[in-house]
Amino acid sequence: MSSRIPLPYNPKVLELFKNPKNLGKMEDADASAVAGSIACGDMIAIYLKIDKNTQKIIKASFESYGCAANIAASSIMTEIIKDKTLEEAWQISWKRISDELGGLPAVKYHCGILAVGALRRAIRAYFKDKPKPKWLPEELTQDEKHALEEEKLIEILSRKIERIKENY
Amino acid sequence: MSSDVIKDVRSLLESHGKPKKEVYLDSENSGLIFPEALEALIEAYKNIGYGHPSITHKIGWESYEILYESSNILANFLNCNPEEIVYTHNGTEANNLAILGLAESYKEKKKIIVSSIEHLSVIFPAEHLQKYGYKVIKIPVDKEGFVNKDFIDKNIDKDTLLVSIAAINHEIGTIQDLKAIIDIVKDKNPETFIHTDACDALGKIKIDLKKLNVDLASFSSHKVYGPKGAGALYVKEGIKLEPIIYGQLSTQKLWPSLENIPSIFGFSKAIKILYSNFEFYNSKMINLRDMLIKNIIERIEYVLLNGPKNNKRSPDNINLSFLYCEGEALTVELSLNGIYVSSGSACTSRVLEPSHVLLAIGRKYEEAHGSLLMKVTPFHNEEDIKYVIEKMPEVVSRIRSISPIKPGGEKNV
Repeated sequence: MSSRIPLPYNPKVLELFKNPKNLGKMEDADASAVAGSIACGDMIAIYLKIDKNTQKIIKASFESYGCAANIAASSIMTEIIKDKTLEEAWQISWKRISDELGGLPAVKYHCGILAVGALRRAIRAYFKDKPKPKWLPEELTQDEKHALEEEKLIEILSRKIERIKENY
Repeated sequence: MSSDVIKDVRSLLESHGKPKKEVYLDSENSGLIFPEALEALIEAYKNIGYGHPSITHKIGWESYEILYESSNILANFLNCNPEEIVYTHNGTEANNLAILGLAESYKEKKKIIVSSIEHLSVIFPAEHLQKYGYKVIKIPVDKEGFVNKDFIDKNIDKDTLLVSIAAINHEIGTIQDLKAIIDIVKDKNPETFIHTDACDALGKIKIDLKKLNVDLASFSSHKVYGPKGAGALYVKEGIKLEPIIYGQLSTQKLWPSLENIPSIFGFSKAIKILYSNFEFYNSKMINLRDMLIKNIIERIEYVLLNGPKNNKRSPDNINLSFLYCEGEALTVELSLNGIYVSSGSACTSRVLEPSHVLLAIGRKYEEAHGSLLMKVTPFHNEEDIKYVIEKMPEVVSRIRSISPIKPGGEKNV
């Protein structure tokens, strides 16, 4: 079976898996987004409550379908972005999330990438019907692309498997 | 390993804590051994098997005697000659030797047929040979994991070197109709060799190598609750394999290096115990298996059984998909509750591929991601299984509560 990782998790990951912070759907969120899919094996939903005047994140919460690292990455990100402006939150990298978790094993980097991907989607969603600030890039950033790639890859794999089955 | 890593692992284990009750259901990957097998191992290390079996002194001869005695035990239960047994250090090595050793020896035939649900230690060596011009064909299986016999029949030709099919699948417990498959192959081309990975079948079903008319069969000590470090390949008399590793020869040409005598001794002891209590252990495991499957499916919604039922399924195997759950998160949450299992989730591999066995039987990606593999052993009792049945609903419910996708509903966002 494939539930094997080369190294055990950092204790921080287990702690956040046991006691995640800011878990749950936010009914009155000002922005929200999802990255990944259950077919990929990981999916993160991010909810943001934003102060309209200061553009500060007052509250952030998450839901996660994924492994312990995925849950821990989402949880720690909601803590990092609290009280940050959207511009500051936009700058947070997956590496920062990994570092805060005591360094994710290489096979788990995508958990950090997915969390950042979901956050940036939520920030873009917030500005969908508002004037776009200068700091928000028109083009997708690398982390957003990675999240997209993961979603696309699974579609390609699923289609491939369907084709193989049809050929039998 | 750096001291930081050791510190982290210690603190991880401290954070995990020691659960009040523990049930280890991961004998697929590694596990406890029969106390008698451990005693045999220690006895060999201490007194009678610490020497090299091919050196000419008393201690060497004692080791040789143990090696030969062990082969006799295996040969007796499997119905073969002791000379037909080659020791390796595990099942992976035995599978590699079977496939690569055969290809090295019979170079003119370039087609290999394996089932699509084989262990990776069969699939990977076969795929490795593709680099050298071999054609590898994977046999499709039905929803329960049974190989398509017509497909085998259609694909055997004069160029087919080998057909390799596990007697019992390691993940979903499918007991193949091996005799019928072998008859089909030999009927079509008597010169095509047949290998069976019997690591999971040993001790679970009776295996008569002569009657089966199989050419090569792999076995593993740890899968029969014997010590790690011993495996065996049955090579039918007259079949000429070439070695695939090179070095100082010991008692056998095909696997150079020092045999792991103490583990081999423990291996033969474990087989002896299993065969002396065959009906007892198997009916015990079947009861525990069915108790676990039945209760989990009754108590938890959205659970699928992977693999066949009843007597078509290995006595020890439980493989369930918990929909709306990611398997690795389940293994960690179960671990915190003292229940140790493994998952077919892809979450741990960057290639995003969940268990190839579950995909081959037609499970969707999300169904494979939420799968758990559990194996009962002769060491478990009803109390253990009751504990798992009691804990599982809360574990599944916690993991489902974290997810944005809820049972029966659309995603939240």
